This record gives sequence, C-alpha cells and structure tokens, in this order.
Amino acid sequence: MGASAILAAEELWRAARARRRRGLVLGGTLLVAAVGASAWIGEVSLARLARGLPLAWDYIRRTLPDLAFATLGADLARWMWGFTDWVMLLGDTLLIAYVGTVLGGAVALLLSFPAAATLAPRWAVGPARRLLEFMRTVPTLVLALIFVYAFGLGPFAGMLAIAVHTAGALGKLFAEEHENAALGPVEAVRATGASWAAQMRFGVLPQSLPGVLSYGLLRFEINVREASVLGIVGAGGIGEELYLAVRQFEYQDISAILVLILATVAAIDLLCGRLRARVIGGRA
Amino acid sequence: MRRIGATPLLFGLGFLVLLAGLWRIDASPARIWEGLGKLGWLVALMWPPSPGGAFAELLQGLAESLAMAFLGTLLAALAALPLALLGAGNIVGSALLRFSARRLYDGLRGIDSLIWALIFVSAVGMGPFAGILALAVPDAGTLAKLFSEALEGADRRQVEAVRAAGAGRLLAVRIGLLPQVAPVMLAQVLYTLESNARSSTVLGLVGAGGIGLALSDRIRINNWDEAAFIVLMILVMVAAIDLASRTLRLRLIRP
Repeated sequence: MGASAILAAEELWRAARARRRRGLVLGGTLLVAAVGASAWIGEVSLARLARGLPLAWDYIRRTLPDLAFATLGADLARWMWGFTDWVMLLGDTLLIAYVGTVLGGAVALLLSFPAAATLAPRWAVGPARRLLEFMRTVPTLVLALIFVYAFGLGPFAGMLAIAVHTAGALGKLFAEEHENAALGPVEAVRATGASWAAQMRFGVLPQSLPGVLSYGLLRFEINVREASVLGIVGAGGIGEELYLAVRQFEYQDISAILVLILATVAAIDLLCGRLRARVIGGRA
Repeated sequence: MRRIGATPLLFGLGFLVLLAGLWRIDASPARIWEGLGKLGWLVALMWPPSPGGAFAELLQGLAESLAMAFLGTLLAALAALPLALLGAGNIVGSALLRFSARRLYDGLRGIDSLIWALIFVSAVGMGPFAGILALAVPDAGTLAKLFSEALEGADRRQVEAVRAAGAGRLLAVRIGLLPQVAPVMLAQVLYTLESNARSSTVLGLVGAGGIGLALSDRIRINNWDEAAFIVLMILVMVAAIDLASRTLRLRLIRP
C-alpha cells in the first residue's frame, strides 16, 4: 500500500513536470516569435547591431575630452568653457522640476482623496481615477509640445507639462497611501460631527503624510531627469543647449554638459535620499 | 527665545524656493490667462480627432514604437544581468569592483533615454535602431541596480546548501541564487517594458523611429485633430500593454 502511494505521488510529480515543460516551450516560442516580429518591424538584425555598436562607441570616444595630467587645469577650463551658462541653465532645470513637482503634488493631493476607494463616496472615485490616469498616460514631452504652443517657448510650458504628469502619477500613489490608513481615527473625527473634508484632513492626512512626502521626493528625482530633456522641444532648461551641441557636432561640449547633468542628478538623489530617510524616520 | 525646529525651517525654505521659481520661469497671471485661452482654442481644434486618411501609416508607426520598446527592454535585461552580478555584494567580494559597477549604473540611468536617442541618432543614423539602443542603455543601468538589490536581498542559506553539496561558485549562483530572484527580476523587466512603451512614443521627436515623428509633424503643421488622434492611439496602446504586462506578472509571481 505504501508503494501505491509512492507511485501516485510520482505520477503527480511527472504530470506537474510535463505541465511546466509545456509552459516553458509555449512561453519560449512566443518570446522568439515576438523577438522576430519586433526585429522585422524595427529593421534590426544582428548584422546591423554588430555594425552599429562600433559606430556608437566611436562617437562616444570622440566626445571624451583630452585631459593631460600635466596641463589638467587648462584642459579642464577649455572643456568646461561654458560653465557659468550651463550652471545657470541647470538651475533653471532644477526650478522647473521643483515648481512642477510642488504644484503637481498639490493637485495630486487634492484629487487623491476623492480617488481613494475606501474613503470617498462611490460616485467620486471613478471620475477622479480616470482623470488621474489620463494625466499620467500622456507623455510629458507631448504635453510640453502642446504647452509650448499655447504658452509660448520657455520654462513655463515645461513646468506645466511636468506638473500635469506629476499630478497624475502622484495622485494614484497618494490615494493608495490614504487607503492604507487606519479607519479608527477617521471614525473618531466623524463622531465629533466633522464634515468629510475635516475627516480627511484630521483623520487620514496625519497618517499618510510621511508616505506622501516620501513619494513626492522620489518624484522630484524623476522630474529632474525629465526636465533635463524638455529643452529639446523648446520648453526651457539645459536640454536646449545639449540639443544644439549634438546637432552641431560639438563633441566635447556634449560630454561636458552630460557630466554636469549627471553631477546634478547625483547630488539631488543624495539630498532627496537624506530627506526621505528623515521623513520615513518620522513614521516609526 | 525658542529655537525654530529644522522641519518648519525646511518647509519655509521650500516655499521660498517655490516663489523664486515661479518668478524665474515667468508665471505671470496675464500669461497664464492668455495661455489658457489659447489652450481652450487648441482643444476645440482637436475635436473631433481624425486619422487624416493615414491610419495605416500611423498604425505602422505605433507598431514600430512597440517593437522598439520590446527589443530595447530585452537588450537592457540581457546586458543588466552580468552587470548586476558584478554589483551584488554577496557575489563579488571586491569592494572596488562593486563601487565602480554601482557608479556605472548611476551613469547609465542618470541620463534620459531621449538624450541617448539624440546621441545614437547622430552616431548610427535615424530610424528605430537608434531608438532601441537609446531605450536599452539607461534601462540597463536601472535594471542592473534593481537586479543587484534583489540578489543582495536573497536568502544566503540556499547558496550555502548548494556550496555544501560540492558545487562551485558559478553553479551556486545559478542554482542557489538565481531561482530565488528570477520572479522578482521578471516582474521588474515587465515594469520596464510598460515604462518603455510610454518612452518609445516620444523618441521619434528626435528622429529615433516610432510614432513620435508623425505626432511632432502634425503639431508643427497645426493639424491638431490628427495630433489628438495620435495621442489617443498612444493611450490605447499603453493601456493594452499595461493590461498584458499585469496579467503576465501575476501569472509569473503566483504560478
């Protein structure tokens, strides 16, 4: 009787293995088919890749500055010849990202309460969520193109594009944060006869504030990266200068600007990391 | 006198920067009002969205964007795997190697795919191929970072068990470590695919293939109804990819 149990178990194991193998074969076939179709549509082949990669590498090598150790100071000065202008533009980029994040975050906070399924009346949840989805699905650059047309060239259009996208992205995260809040404090506030807005302000927001601030800081990091490209469509910041450098084949300028962008992004990441640790530490 | 705490000070500073920023980017009420009027006029022009008789061409552009997103993600994932092994503390002992691998991830992902697209268009010519490389490079950095964090979070004991059975280091990573983190990695690759489905639609603005070229053309010649149609097509594709990716992700994580 023991033997029959073992045989049954083995049979089950064999069936499970066969199912797994079928799944792997099916998945693998689908993957290969998808790669083939994509390569055909995207006009890519291994030969093209092999031809293209050295070209790309050659291009990147050309952007590297010639720095000699003996004349390091002079070489650096020649490489970073536009330093003051570029730093000013980077400052603009940071301001675009910052103002966009704050204004977008404010809109997100307002919309996140009606979008929180456990807290808001049912008729409000659907429309609020659809609005947030729409705002975060249209790419920032497309918004920037439209806003540049409406509000004129310059950082204002870029800021607005970032604000709209941020409102959509953060609104969803904020709403999830509100939904995780404990309902006890909300009921306590309601028991005093407070309105819905007061319940949200005094019952939910104190609980979700650390999460809200933390997501806001994360979004700011993302927005700094996004703001650095908005200049390509004329929406202000360092992107325009970079675009010119690439178009005019000023190889060394490209690497100089990229290094400055990288340094800025790294500094902002570090700063936001510190602030976030502080905010989340407040939760514990 | 009571000392003001650091937190209110930070918030006050943040508010001042906001005001300075609004002044610097020239957000005057008159400008906002005028712009809103023009925006309303644009929206009126966008209605009703129409393909402008080039539906097949637009569909082809959209398919090109999708193909770029897929191949870019695949390339990034393939490149990220070895990079991630170099940067994971529980696989590579050398602190110097780990540090340089991490800075490499930061360097790759610190630059937006659109900037990479600009560079690759100059380097390998216009077309979707430049777009694929432009998507793959920053994502290789992001995925390598996420992969290496997943690897470091994995349980040590399974690796030790495989080592104790007499396996070499490489085999221990393959059998003891990778199966633990594979579902997490696949989920992250799928997230990247979703993100790339969005990014790939704008790369065409700088000539790197996909639907973006058609969109910027329509906006440049003021065909706003066609531009709105293209944006709607992008929204539909993004929603479809999100849905497919979510279904796949749930299946992979809970088989």
